[in-house]
Amino acid sequence: MENNLHIKTMSEYAAEGKEPEILFWVGCAGSFDDRAKKITKAFVKILNSINLEFAVLGTEESCTGDPAKRSGNEFLFQMQAMSNIEVLNSYSVKTIVTTCPHCFNTIKNEYPSLGGEYKVLHHTQFLNNLLKDGRLKIEGGEYKGKKITYHDPCYLGRANNEYQAPRELIQKLELELIEMKRCKSKGLCCGAGGAQMFKDAEKGNKEINIERTEEALNTKTSIIAAGCPFCNTMISDGVKAKEKENDVKVLDIVELIVTAQDL
Amino acid sequence: MSEYLPNIIFVSILFFGLYFFVRNLNRLYRNINLGKEINTRDNKKQRLLNMCKIALGQGKIIKRPVSGILHVIVYIGFIVINIELLEIVLDGLLGTHRLFSNYLGSLYGYLIATFELLAVLVIISVSIFWIRRNVIKIKRFFGDNMKGWPKNDANFILYFEVILMTLFITMNAADLRFQEMNSGNLISSYVADFFKGYSNDSLHIIERVCWWAHIIGILIFMNYLYFSKHLHILLAFPNTYFAKLNNLGEINNLNSVTKEVKLMMDPDMAFSNDGTDSEEIEKFGASDVMDLNKLQLLNSYSCTECGRCTSVCPANITGKKLSPRKIMMDTRDRIEEVGKNIDMNKDVFVPDGKSLLNDYISKEELWACTSCNACVEECPISIDPLSIILDMRRYLVMEESSAPLELNNMMSNIENNGAPWPYNQMDRLNWKE
Repeated sequence: MENNLHIKTMSEYAAEGKEPEILFWVGCAGSFDDRAKKITKAFVKILNSINLEFAVLGTEESCTGDPAKRSGNEFLFQMQAMSNIEVLNSYSVKTIVTTCPHCFNTIKNEYPSLGGEYKVLHHTQFLNNLLKDGRLKIEGGEYKGKKITYHDPCYLGRANNEYQAPRELIQKLELELIEMKRCKSKGLCCGAGGAQMFKDAEKGNKEINIERTEEALNTKTSIIAAGCPFCNTMISDGVKAKEKENDVKVLDIVELIVTAQDL
Repeated sequence: MSEYLPNIIFVSILFFGLYFFVRNLNRLYRNINLGKEINTRDNKKQRLLNMCKIALGQGKIIKRPVSGILHVIVYIGFIVINIELLEIVLDGLLGTHRLFSNYLGSLYGYLIATFELLAVLVIISVSIFWIRRNVIKIKRFFGDNMKGWPKNDANFILYFEVILMTLFITMNAADLRFQEMNSGNLISSYVADFFKGYSNDSLHIIERVCWWAHIIGILIFMNYLYFSKHLHILLAFPNTYFAKLNNLGEINNLNSVTKEVKLMMDPDMAFSNDGTDSEEIEKFGASDVMDLNKLQLLNSYSCTECGRCTSVCPANITGKKLSPRKIMMDTRDRIEEVGKNIDMNKDVFVPDGKSLLNDYISKEELWACTSCNACVEECPISIDPLSIILDMRRYLVMEESSAPLELNNMMSNIENNGAPWPYNQMDRLNWKE
């Protein structure tokens, strides 16, 4: 099954003298984190199912520098950014799609003034475009009528004003979306942003991911959807801490699509 | 001579009121200019539009409907009733009485009726504000550093507004000629009932006392602004005009760093330099208010301490020390302290051994931020506390190397193997197996 995935690197395309339609920026979480790797694969399955020509950078990809920048290490960020831009420009990359809102935000907003100008899309935006162009078909499948709630990743939502694309995909899956009280521009952070993912939280009376998970569980839905590998980890941890992992699944939107379409 | 005495007194009071007000504005302008340059000259149209929508049009404050609508009432009241101020000032200067009534005919009645109606609505709204703050004790008005001056300041403003509006209506009620005109005394006619049986002389005295107290009160209030969070009634406009236009997710790239990184990546550049590069080494990030930019300082003076930012901050909600409102208040307190230092030392700042970092804002607060932008999104006048937090983190990391240990590990991972975790970059495609 796994081996059915059809993946080519940018250098392979270059060797063939061809150009892919998009570059899929996998990101560090998507490359190394066991949970996030499943999201990466799910996205690839969808792309493969419609024979979309995409490339990854593979070993030429490196951290965008987001966590370094948000920790205050502008040096490290710009070193990462400039060497990534060098690689991307050497392949004349035009369109980048990423499954991580942090990579998405950084490449889209912070690379241009350093010489990296690309069309950058979050995977939910890209899939939604494919849907509208008629290149991708999504039906409810086994999810039809099930209740779901959606957690807005800060770096997709507030940071870049994208609230609709993921919701439209959920609608296509014929799921019943139950919104949390704090949603869209008022969405509560999962607690991972700003490099918090990589350190313990400061002293307080609660973990942020627990606060958010409780809110999600209050919707009484069986699925919590997210569009960010870090949000996914934080909320999955929250669900485990609340001992609800048997009743509630935390899934990326591409995983929902893959299951529904039986890819 | 003595018949002009009131005019002379009025001119003197007006002069001193305006003199001190302008002096405060100058000080404000000087202090904001202690900050670094920031380019806000681009996109004038969009900036103007933002100012019209957010400040003039109250577009963001209304998102919380209860306090939003009350605020809009007080705001409209403030703007409209100020038209009356023009008449008061002219009357005071020329020694006339209700100058406009001679020229506006029946319109005058409608105008004053509108003012009176708004005055009552303002009194009601302000009373509800007071109840929310002191009786219901809404959470966002408490906590962090909302004790002492910030708490009193908030109530003083409300008292001021009630007193000014009450004086205005009482003045109209005790104005015999105005009541006899019986046009425009929509509210004051009811108050006038209380004055039945008063002699014409005592009514005249009441009317005059209210008139003088009203105008003097306004001048005092105007001069109170500089020391108060109420400064937002002026600064909300420039603040929304100059606010960031880009996506909230974008954090500025430091140009000084770009230069250095380019040198590191391409050593040839160092030699191709024509030698005119005599710039001193720039400090990275911010440890004190002078390291912040002008917009950030303007932000701090514009803050109304409403606490909407703090009420949506994930760190604050879960009991951490960080409060975006406190970041803004601390910044203002510190820039004020620096300004006073400059005033006392003949226009130069004499180092006082203090800084915004540590003396006002602790590292613990700075490291608790998730950079989620909830505070920025929530601010009714587009203040950006996150940019200050990040500039201070930049100082901590690039000047002091004092990031938490785990973050240092994360950063050395990125440096060594291109990922925040210790995985080999050569394994980056292994996920497909």
